[in-house]
Amino acid sequence: MKIRIKFSKTGDMRFIGHLDLMRCFQKIFRRSGIDIRFSEGLSPHMIMSFASPLGVGLTSEGEYVDIEIGVSVSSEEALKRLNSQAPEGVCFTGFTEVEPGKASKAMSLVDAADYEARVEEAALFSGEWAGKAEAFSALPSVMVDKETKSGVTRADIAPMIHTFEVRSDERGPFFFMRLASGSSANLKPELALDAFFAFTQSDVSSSDLLIHRKELYTRLPDGSFASLGSLGKTVTV
Amino acid sequence: MKKSALGSRILLEIDKPARYLGNEINAVYKDPGKIDIRFAMCFPDVYEIGMSHLGIQILYDMFNRREDTWCERVYSPWVDLDHVMREKKIPLFALESQEPVKDFDFLGITIQYEMCYTNILQILDLAGIPLHADMRGDDMPIVIGGGPCTYNPEPLAPFFDMFYIGEGEVVYDDLLDLYKEMKKQGLGRKEFLRRAALIPGIYVPSLYEVTYNEDGTIASFGPVSDDLPRVIEKQLVMDMNAVPYPEKPIIPYIKVTQDRVALEIQRGCIRGCRFCQAGMIYRPVRERDEAVLEEYARKMMEATGHEEISLCSLSTSDYSQIRELIDHLIENYGKCNVNLSLPSLRIDSFSLDVMSKVQDIKKSSLTFAPEAGSQRLRNVINKGLTKDDILGGASEAFRGGWDKVKLYFMLGLPTENDSDREDIANLADEIAALYYETVPKEKRRGKCQITVSTSFFVPKPFTPFQWASMHTVDDYLAYARTVNHRVHEVLNHKSIRYNWHQADVTVLEGVLARGDRRCSAVIEEAYAQGALYDAWTECWDYSRWEEAFRRTGVDPDFYTRRERTTDEILPWDFIDIGVSRAFLEREWKRALEEKVTPNCREKCSGCGAARFGGGICYENKN
Ligand code: SF4
Repeated sequence: MKIRIKFSKTGDMRFIGHLDLMRCFQKIFRRSGIDIRFSEGLSPHMIMSFASPLGVGLTSEGEYVDIEIGVSVSSEEALKRLNSQAPEGVCFTGFTEVEPGKASKAMSLVDAADYEARVEEAALFSGEWAGKAEAFSALPSVMVDKETKSGVTRADIAPMIHTFEVRSDERGPFFFMRLASGSSANLKPELALDAFFAFTQSDVSSSDLLIHRKELYTRLPDGSFASLGSLGKTVTV
Repeated sequence: MKKSALGSRILLEIDKPARYLGNEINAVYKDPGKIDIRFAMCFPDVYEIGMSHLGIQILYDMFNRREDTWCERVYSPWVDLDHVMREKKIPLFALESQEPVKDFDFLGITIQYEMCYTNILQILDLAGIPLHADMRGDDMPIVIGGGPCTYNPEPLAPFFDMFYIGEGEVVYDDLLDLYKEMKKQGLGRKEFLRRAALIPGIYVPSLYEVTYNEDGTIASFGPVSDDLPRVIEKQLVMDMNAVPYPEKPIIPYIKVTQDRVALEIQRGCIRGCRFCQAGMIYRPVRERDEAVLEEYARKMMEATGHEEISLCSLSTSDYSQIRELIDHLIENYGKCNVNLSLPSLRIDSFSLDVMSKVQDIKKSSLTFAPEAGSQRLRNVINKGLTKDDILGGASEAFRGGWDKVKLYFMLGLPTENDSDREDIANLADEIAALYYETVPKEKRRGKCQITVSTSFFVPKPFTPFQWASMHTVDDYLAYARTVNHRVHEVLNHKSIRYNWHQADVTVLEGVLARGDRRCSAVIEEAYAQGALYDAWTECWDYSRWEEAFRRTGVDPDFYTRRERTTDEILPWDFIDIGVSRAFLEREWKRALEEKVTPNCREKCSGCGAARFGGGICYENKN
């Protein structure tokens, strides 16, 4: 049975890198007694695939990992057990069954991600940024230096920015971004923010902001975005 | 939200921030308002090493079982953070509370190897605690040392308020109770140290004086007043089933050296190898019941979700219930894809059978530690492993599908000569030849791989070799060249790889292992010269130490290049480990006569440890 787990990573857990998080999850799965499947072969390992590694320093409430289980367990029970074993800063929020096949390959499904970026003190958020964000989103092209495996190249990131705007909630104003994410096109939120700050000629850098991932999406054939979690169904057994 | 001593900016700048968060699962948090004693427990090396140490986990768990005490962890900040903390004047903090160590009641430091001595000074320095105990005021933590190096604490004497000689489980409660009582009465540090010095196993160096002869040897050593004990007796656990054991060990996020459930099956070793300090200071052997271990395994697996269980002891095969225990672990955990790691297991048909069940034969290798190349020299060091044992084990393993062998030896042993050294290569050659004899061509996967490693021998206190002389750096390198040369000469040289260790580290280790109080100045000067993380090749720089020896006028050769006579007062003679000095002298003599002494299970040799009233000395004797 293929299962998609949604979780959040906040607080001190944002300093824990992806490989360490994987190891931590293996131990959580063992402790919570979820009957997770292992690969065949001489050195079996848990069948576990993360949708999209989150950079160190970022927090998130939209993380996904796909696993395979033997004995079925209800979503409610599974979440209860997982959360009782989770460290502070990790909270499991979804446990849904996904169809085998393409729908169960979280990693290859990801097309976009939502991010929020805030300054540590809301008062430091410049009033000009909302207007400038509008102008920035309207730019036909945004050329930046992008690090790739083969070195640094100039690239136009404008097509990878679906949304870039200033929003506001009870905690104050923040940047909201929907960016291309995944194997075909991937834009790091830091890069989009730094391009924006270069555009506005402010001496702020992405490292001054707290970046939070909200959700991961796949693009449906009709062009709309569907969150990875919405592809699964609750387990009731 | 949890406090952070460093803040996110620094955490994102340094390597492996998880080392400093203190947010691991099973870490213990308490309300400081409800606590009488704050204890900072330090392993003076980087997190990944310190977190792997079982002794610290035992004490952490034991202290935290006390309602009045909160024990937290401290490790050495890695060099990147060290710079940041000095620059930004951030005081060293304990992981759980993230609060400065300087404000704690105790700073306990476990001293596992000599090459961490400068790291101890770094800990004190970063904490803002004066390096010298006599400079500390009543508001400073009591700095207490424990662990194997405290069996000669003298080179560190000025830096510690006290040392605990023995196994931590025994008198720590008495010490903490005394401290609490004194704190209530408002009595100061001096008074506390004086009273603590009366607790068995506690050594307060400032209350002991040394005088020296003209030739530099010790003329006298004793307490400053008659009410203090002249001899400090090692404290040890006699009932291994009754002491607390960490059933919920902390689970690190980053990969540490020992990332597994560790089951300590016994303490001590029956073998009596003459070079081995652990084999003497942990006498007599005391086993834990197999049923107790089964229970620990279950609880610890439940509390951690680790993928591996490891048995912890000096000599696993000598544990009397080893078969039952291994059968149980394979039976219960093998099917859940839990690995079993069995270090220091003697290679025989039983262990090969077990290994074939728990390991991938193609990837794993057989390990032998003959320690010396010739039978003559193995008799000198009392290593009871014969060539027949090795070849017998190897041939069985080759037939079972193994083709990798690791061999460990020491160079620079007492009485060692070139022919002993060449025999290291000869033995490797014979093992390789045996492989080609045993395994038909069609069954081979290429050549067999024999890896020979040598380390240089350092004589340690409380061993029969504590009187032995060491050699010069050039000598050591020449010995390694002799082995290397012979390795290239032998028939099967293409199947043999040879590695050896650095020699200058060995010499320094030798000075510190058998040093006296005067060596403390060298450690302090080396630290001032920038020496830190001396156990790490990338940080090691002998020139700092050479400069320190020069500036302090301490002659390293006095400590290394001198065979001591048995009537000399040794710096550690005031400690009583239970094993008598007469026994060690007898063993030193027998070594030179190339005579083997039977192990404790074959025949008791009357080493003195029987006076503790338990363990192997009374096995089958009730
Ligand atoms: S008294 Fe005998 S049996 Fe006991 S540790 Fe010493 S040699 Fe071994």
